Parts: sequence; C-alpha cells; structure tokens
Amino acid sequence: MSTSTTAVAPGTFRYQFVEFWGYFSASRGALVGLIFIATILVVALLAPWVAPHDPALQNREAFLVPPVWHAEGTWRYILGTDAVGRDILSRLIYGARYSLFISAMVVLLSMVIGIFLGLLAGYFRGWLETLITRAMDVVLAFPSLLLALGLVAVLSPGLTSAMIAIAVVQLPYFVRLTRAAVMSEKDREYVIASRLAGAGHTRLMFNTLLPNCMAPLIVQATLSFSTAILDIAALGFLGMGVQPPTPEWGAMLANAREFMGSAYWAVTFPGLVILLTVLMINLMGDGLRDALDPKMKRS
Amino acid sequence: MQSQERQQNSAPRDDAVIHAVNLTRHYHVRTGPFSPPAVVKALNEASFDLYPGQTLAVVGESGCGKSTLARVLTMIEPPTSGQLTINGQRVELKEGQRPPRELRREVQIIFQNPYGSLNPRKTVAAMLEEPLKLNRSDVSAEQRRQKALEMIEKVGLRPEHADRYPHMFSGGQRQRIAIARALMLNPKILVLDEPVSALDLSIQAQVLNLLSDLQDEFGLAYVFISHDLSVVQRIADDVIVMYFGQPVETGPASEVFTRPRHPYTQALFSATPVADPNRRKERVKLKGEPPSPLNPPPGCPFAPRCFMATEECTHGDPPLEAVTPRVKVACIHVEKEGAI
Repeated sequence: MSTSTTAVAPGTFRYQFVEFWGYFSASRGALVGLIFIATILVVALLAPWVAPHDPALQNREAFLVPPVWHAEGTWRYILGTDAVGRDILSRLIYGARYSLFISAMVVLLSMVIGIFLGLLAGYFRGWLETLITRAMDVVLAFPSLLLALGLVAVLSPGLTSAMIAIAVVQLPYFVRLTRAAVMSEKDREYVIASRLAGAGHTRLMFNTLLPNCMAPLIVQATLSFSTAILDIAALGFLGMGVQPPTPEWGAMLANAREFMGSAYWAVTFPGLVILLTVLMINLMGDGLRDALDPKMKRS
Repeated sequence: MQSQERQQNSAPRDDAVIHAVNLTRHYHVRTGPFSPPAVVKALNEASFDLYPGQTLAVVGESGCGKSTLARVLTMIEPPTSGQLTINGQRVELKEGQRPPRELRREVQIIFQNPYGSLNPRKTVAAMLEEPLKLNRSDVSAEQRRQKALEMIEKVGLRPEHADRYPHMFSGGQRQRIAIARALMLNPKILVLDEPVSALDLSIQAQVLNLLSDLQDEFGLAYVFISHDLSVVQRIADDVIVMYFGQPVETGPASEVFTRPRHPYTQALFSATPVADPNRRKERVKLKGEPPSPLNPPPGCPFAPRCFMATEECTHGDPPLEAVTPRVKVACIHVEKEGAI
C-alpha cells in the first residue's frame, strides 16, 4: 500500500539513496570534494600500478632533484626527489594509503566511542555524567601531542598504537559535542511523546535523540580527520608514529622541513596534498550534513 | 447529590477512566548553595473523576500547576501523594520509573507547541507507526502502515502526506499529526495541554472540531488544559479552576460559567474579551502578582490579591466545599454570603 508515484517505491533503501543523492549532488562543493576524495582513493588502491617508482627506493645520483618544470628537472621524477633520492610523487601515492586509512580509522574510533559516551552522559546525567565529563576534562587538560606521545610510549611505538593514541586525544570533542546536543534535545516534547509511546532508554538514545544530534558531529568528524593527519605526522616526526621508510604524508612533511629554504618541493607537495584532502573532506562533510538533514528538504 | 457522595467516599464509579484523589506534586528546589532545598507545591490536592466521552477543562493562569497536572496524569512524573486510578487500575509509580505498558497505552498527550512535539528526523508515517511497533508486536509491518494511513485520513490529512517530514507542514497540520500519533494505540484518555493556543484562530476552530468528532467516534475522555476560556466554554463538560497549584472551584461547566462563585474565577472570567460592543464591561480587577511558590502567603493563597479578602482569610487555607450539589468552591466568603 505504498504510493507508487515515483519510479522507485518510497521506503526502500534504493529510494532513500536516490533521494539522498539528489540533495547531495545539488551542492557543487560537496560534489567536487567527493570526486577528489574518490580519485585519491582509487589512486591509493592502485598505487603499485600507478606509481612510477618504488616509494622506498633511494637513488644516490638524484638527491633533491627539482620538479619537472625547473631547468634541472627531469621527467623521471615529475615532482622531484627528497633528500635521500626517493621519488616524491610515488611516495605521495603510496602515502595516501596510510594517511587516509589512519585518519579514517582514528575518526571512526573516536566518533563511535565518543558518541556512545556522550549519549550516556547527556541522557542519564547524575554520577555517570560526572564520571565521563571529568575523565574527558583530564584528557583535555594535557597538551594533546604530549598525551598521545605518552600513550604511544606505553603501548610501544607503531601504527596501531599511534592510531589509538590519537583517537583518545580526539575523544573529548565528540563526547562534549554529543552530550551538549543530547541535553538540549532531551526535554523536547517529541522525546517525551516517544517515551509515552513506550520507547525505552536504548531506543530514545539511539533512535530518537542521536539522529537529531548528528549535524555538529558530522562537521566535527571532518575537522577531526584533518587533525588526525597532522597528529599522525607529528608522532611520526618524533619517531613514535609511522616508522621510516613508510611513506606517510605527515612524516614526509616533517622529514623535509630542514630543506624548506633550498628545496621547497620536498615540503610543498606533501603539504599541498594534506591541505587539499582536508579541504575536500570538509566540503564533502558540509554537503553530507545538509543532505542528511530533513529540514533542508523541499516538499 | 449523587456526585457529592461519589467524591466523598472516594470509590470510583464503575466506568470512571480517571479517578484522582488529592493528587499532589511537590518539587524540591535548591535556592542557594548553603540553604536547605525549598519545597514548591506545584500541585496541591486535586481530586476529580473523568468519564468516557467527557471533557474536563483545567483553567488558570500560567504557573498555576496545569502542566504539572498533565505530567502527573500522563505518568511522566509520579504524584508526591494522593491516589491516581486510571481505567480502574491504581497507579503505583516510583520516581523515574516507567508506567506499565497496559496503563501507558490508555493515556496519551497532545502538547501545546506543534513545532516541538514532532521528531524533525522522522516521516509522518514513521512517527505514527512507532507506538504500534513498540507496543503491538502482533501487528505486521504492512498492517502498521495501513493503520497509519487510515489514521492520517481520519485526522483530515491526505495519504500522500505520510512520507513527508514535519517541517513541511503548517502548525494546524502538525497538531493533526500529533493527534493522530496519540490515537494510534486507541487510548481512552487524551491529555490536551493547551492544544490550540499556538494556532491561528481559524485553525483553532478546525482542530477543536476535529477533537470533538474524534471524541464522539472513539468515546475519548479529554483533560483539556487551557487558559482560553472561550475555548473551554465551548467544549468542556466539567471545569476545574486552579490557582497557585490548587483547585479553587470545580463543577459542571454550565454552572461555573453562568455563575462563577470564587472571586478568582470571577476575575478570570471577567478578563475574557466578549465580542459584543453593547455589553457593559464590569471587570473585576486583580492587584499584584501571583505569590512566589517559594514563599507562600499565610492562609488562602489568593487573599493578597482578592477584593473580598478580610483578616480572617489569612488564617488557614480554605477547604474545597460544596456550595451547590455539584459545585465546590474554596473560599470562606462564598459560603457565608451564599450567593454573591
């Protein structure tokens, strides 16, 4: 008994997707962001076939070769080489794998845990809230990098511990954001109505409240994504994160810092790629938030 | 005479859907870091019976405990003391406890603000189906949808509205959706907390007509909370006038409206505008503000503002006493003078 006015029946997953896509693609920025991120993902997946060189291969004849448009540049190293003669383009392509994977995992981890804790704190209040918020205040009280360093040191240096450490450092933002949103929505009449209809705690938290609290969280997730890339880089720079010679964008940036004056390309390209990725993810996040918000829908 | 006896021996007439005896709700309010918490008597000793197909109106100015009564009746909050019997079943609820399912189904509420009472992230159909999903596991998904669509038409909306979101509707339409949602579980009692005060005058009439039709169709009992006396006069069978958390006058609407006895009721009714230019206005004016619930005046809470107040009024709270077989008034002067 569904109204079959459109080609796809409402209520189905396909219908929801078609509708979502309609709103998402209406925002040009979101579309550009999506295309950019999709391209990077494809390139990262196809890295062994796309990259011109082995990312770890050092060429002693070619230290700090400038990019191709310089007089000394060659087509062999399109974006030049770094201080130990590794091809920057290849390292960027392989690095996309690490940077995107690490950041995505970090954001996912801290978002899921953060939302859960924030919902508990905002919904139940009382001693549970005090416990959770105080714990988050403790995390916030440390300089984030210092805390991450300490955690990695305890967990033994490596990719996994770096991801966990950075997820912990990002956690308070999600918890506080969720808690604040839940607290402001909790006493609205629609929540009471749902409770009178018989909804239990779990349903009220995850089905009624959470969807109404998502907008700031999506924005925070895209912001966290960029912070995660930079934090991982910082950990790598201090020898606690991604271990060399793994090509990770942040580590590339950090390692090439001392040549900033003499060989700008070694710093510029990783930095540029990080900047663009972060920007595009933010654009995509904006579009995502709008497309998921029923209030933006036109009847 | 019959009604008087009924309320005195506090045994519910067989078919009463709500039987309330001395319902009281107090709140503890922290006034400062070092002072002990103060007690606010938001609702004080409200007693009434409600029968199927009847409308009980609760009127009074803001802060008089109307909404607290709504929260107690819908079992969102338990009463501090007093008995509440819904549909023949005693409600025994502790703080923070959810009412049992069979009771919950009987009472639903319509809120004043139609913009806050609908979940902005859910379609109309999803909202209407939710109560069935949670309480009626015997109803299949298609049946749920079918029932939701039937209810949508019943409240005067069209089936194609089912898959739209709340922000696409006007205030009146939203209130219709809220009514539809409340009726999905076939409740016996609907608590209407100022259901039309947020709506335009023309829409108010439509929604009130809808409510009357639904009452006839389903035999619903309404607790109609309002400050709009012209609306109350139109639909109420019985009236409770509340002041400062307690009922000051109760009785059949016909009697209370033709002859208000309590000075507060008189003042309240005289403040209602009447669309008749020839009628001479004799307004009973009140001085001052309602007293602070943290610092109640001695004796009758209305005494400081009352035009009939005497020194005697400050000694003790006047009890609600019958002045005619069906009307009860809480004022020592009314009894004395018989009729004002």
